[in-house]
Amino acid sequence: MNPLLNCVHVTKSFGSFTALSDLSFQIYPGRIVGLLGPNGSGKSTFMKLASGLLTLDQGEITIHGHAVGIETKKIVSYLPERTYLDEWTKVSALIDYFGDFYKDFNKNKAYEMLQCLCVSPKESLKTMSKGTKEKVQLILVMSRDAMLYLLDEPIGGVDPASRDYILNKIITNYHEHGSILITTHLIQDIEPILDDVLFIQNGQITLSKSVDDIRSQEGKSIDTLFREVFKC
Amino acid sequence: MSWNLKTDRPIYLQLSNYLRLKIVSGCYPPGSKLPSVRELAAKASVSPNTMMKALDELEAEGLIHPMNTRGIFITEDMEKIKKEKDTIVVHHIQEFFHTMESIGLSQTETFHFIEKFIKGGNL
Repeated sequence: MNPLLNCVHVTKSFGSFTALSDLSFQIYPGRIVGLLGPNGSGKSTFMKLASGLLTLDQGEITIHGHAVGIETKKIVSYLPERTYLDEWTKVSALIDYFGDFYKDFNKNKAYEMLQCLCVSPKESLKTMSKGTKEKVQLILVMSRDAMLYLLDEPIGGVDPASRDYILNKIITNYHEHGSILITTHLIQDIEPILDDVLFIQNGQITLSKSVDDIRSQEGKSIDTLFREVFKC
Repeated sequence: MSWNLKTDRPIYLQLSNYLRLKIVSGCYPPGSKLPSVRELAAKASVSPNTMMKALDELEAEGLIHPMNTRGIFITEDMEKIKKEKDTIVVHHIQEFFHTMESIGLSQTETFHFIEKFIKGGNL
């Protein structure tokens, strides 16, 4: 089977600081993958490279056979760590905006999910609590019928009930042809929904395994292993 | 019955144990249709792939079988279900007696406790 995302010998520096160093890994279709590492390990940098917001210095990232560019942006749905959406825009306008930009955006699906949250299309992000804001942004991203979803810290800074909602949306929007790559610090919350995990440290992959293989081989949770591996 | 998943051991095995219990106890009656993989995964808050792996185990044991696009069904083989139930019961009994032994009770003393417990007397 061909990988959906192929990252080959990728290096990215910011001035004298090397964020990613000879990074190589693959993501196969139909997998929910966790990219885990300490602060500053290069997770967000990778997400921005894969979504086309940054350009790499060396190496190659291909998604569904295409180098990152216009063709991949059509099939990649990215949830950034920090919102880029204008807080004063109404939800209905945001939905139109996404609909204009992305052919695969399903407006009905978005409205349905928002209705379950009791979010009115007339509301703007500014009036929402942090938890609701995060949920709305996730809904917009998951309402696209993409092949690859890149979720950068989707459950950070959000109450436990909202976390459960977001994790449920990730599970229910999964499909066998697409994959989901998630970065997070909240490993305990996320690990039950993961298939595979990648540990990234100083811009390099130090572990790439299925989560149940880790549990049966190490007799530990991913959270416990992470704490051991990244102990200060 | 809650899923009660522990993350320090393979989750797919815990899922198949949970579903196996539901089958042998009749919670999922013989011949009935299981919820879809996606629904089960959402209920358990796990990846659909992990749930699929758990279901593959049960299918290999002959407890469930997929019927093309109609869904996944519990077996109607009552003997198989009874056999599975007996295996689970024996396993728990063995564990119980091991625990009693480690406390220092003989089998006779253990029986004595069990009798009193069932009669509802002061232990």
